[in-house]
Amino acid sequence: MANLKTTGKKSKAQSMGMHTEVLTGRTQQKFFNPDEAENFYYFGTYDVDFNKRTELNVKDMEAPEANKKIDSLMSEGYGTIVIKNPQGKHSLGVGILNKLNLIFEGSLGYFGVGSCDGPNVRINGRVGWSCAQNLMAGKVVVEKNAGSSFGAAIRGGDLICKGSVGARTGIDMKGGTIIVGGDAGAFTGFMMQRGRIIVLGDVGINLGDSMYDGTIFIGGKIGSFGSDAVTSDLTSSDKDWLKRKLKVAEIGEKFDVSKMTKIVAGKKLWNYDNLEPTEKKGAI
Amino acid sequence: MCGIAGLIHKDKSVNIGSELQLMLQALKHRGPDSTGYALYGDTDGQNFIMRFKVGENVGEGSNAVNEETSVYDKRKKIVDKNLSDLGATIVKEERLTPYSFRYEIKYDKDLMEFSKKIESAEMTEILSIGKSLELIKDIGDAKEVCDRYNLDKITGTHAIGHARMATESGVDIKSAHPFWGYPFSDVSVVHNGQLTNYWNNRRGLENKGMRFMSECDSELIAVYLAEKMRKGATLEEGMKDSLKGLDGVFTYFVATKDSLGMAKDTMAAKPLVLYESDNLVAMGSEEIAIRSILPQEIDTYDPFDGEVKVWQI
Repeated sequence: MANLKTTGKKSKAQSMGMHTEVLTGRTQQKFFNPDEAENFYYFGTYDVDFNKRTELNVKDMEAPEANKKIDSLMSEGYGTIVIKNPQGKHSLGVGILNKLNLIFEGSLGYFGVGSCDGPNVRINGRVGWSCAQNLMAGKVVVEKNAGSSFGAAIRGGDLICKGSVGARTGIDMKGGTIIVGGDAGAFTGFMMQRGRIIVLGDVGINLGDSMYDGTIFIGGKIGSFGSDAVTSDLTSSDKDWLKRKLKVAEIGEKFDVSKMTKIVAGKKLWNYDNLEPTEKKGAI
Repeated sequence: MCGIAGLIHKDKSVNIGSELQLMLQALKHRGPDSTGYALYGDTDGQNFIMRFKVGENVGEGSNAVNEETSVYDKRKKIVDKNLSDLGATIVKEERLTPYSFRYEIKYDKDLMEFSKKIESAEMTEILSIGKSLELIKDIGDAKEVCDRYNLDKITGTHAIGHARMATESGVDIKSAHPFWGYPFSDVSVVHNGQLTNYWNNRRGLENKGMRFMSECDSELIAVYLAEKMRKGATLEEGMKDSLKGLDGVFTYFVATKDSLGMAKDTMAAKPLVLYESDNLVAMGSEEIAIRSILPQEIDTYDPFDGEVKVWQI
């Protein structure tokens, strides 16, 4: 259990009356030292060859068995793995922590490709709730629709849905980019802290509700704004970034980004200070 | 967490009991306590089908009191006498378990008065009345309930069902879904979620003469819609109204003799995956329910917040 210790030096948060104690000892607040890179071992990673390709039929497998098999194939150096017959199973392709071309020939259920860091995933189907939850890095492309909580709490990477997504897209996201080709449901960007969301279609009610930071770009109609979500001017650098991102994402390349609405945190309710350290993933 | 599933074939009759069993069994992990089916079967439409129970299942997880079969027999006799008093004729009767029955009856008067009379017998509850609806619910998973009541032999066009994880009320048949839309024939409801203004709505509806058989919040939806329809609203109008009148997080299905509908609350907090083609609509809390009857690659989607849809056979 971590030790609690009061410090003398006051941060902004402490001066606001928050965080009067800091954790010492065994905590997650470890920082990656580049000088120790050679000694660093990233658990669960493999050297893979993208030209080494294989197929895995998961029709008669439970998710844990399928995920262990994917891990086993990566350990054998396969860098391109095609998953056949996922048939809407939950929790497929989770916890992949290295570069990998992972292709699903079909749809995934809940929590597909969750907690990944690095893979390039293409899902030739739809996904259920909480796709790519906690994504740290990499790219996930969903060819059809997605369920609710798409990209919940992602910290990095690009998450693209070419169809429409459900409610609470990008809830609690702390980085990365979510791009939606169709419409999005209620509470898009709910409590988001960093990162960007692009929706080319319409969005439901309570857009950006209680967002701390980050930016949302909407191409269509907005059902309503959530608490503390406000519009902001679309700058030329925003437009350039949007064009570049949509091109890389192979989605909406001809979309007129100048007509998009930009939404940011109004920060009237803002009491957020402890930003996510980018080095955090190095400690995992 | 509960699991709900529904399907409607628009142009043909199929083995609907078997299909719904597969869908509900795929959702067993969402609700292992009890399972319910509302099957809209093929009938000649001449007689009412009444499914009722005169006691509870005291199986695993149930907190119901164990009773002798002779007690059930006495209650059945009271039901038979009440039917006679009402002027109803029993055309066919089946005893499916010691405590549950299926009657085919001839009757052409008011169903509310009918129901009050039948349910005046102790522990007696009409699970459903209709000319097409067969509502079956009991403790156990989808396969167990299907086998117990021979549901895989029932053919029809549409059905809704529920795999229940008991949270705010007991593990018993009276709290299991689906709920019949008393006093309308052929109306049934299943629900996944929580209603937070249950007691306010219930008191209001009871004052208007509506009846509640359980303390399960989901029963409110059936009674709420029935009350709206009693006032002349269409099913779809009643469902749209329910998005304002019912507070909480919910996804529910409602079925009638010739239609199937879904409604999702304005927070979209409860899951629903939907597949729709020209001939078939299938939906469930998770895609694996749909995949259990459609294993090929299909296009599905999540309905949005506040969405109401109704399909006809």
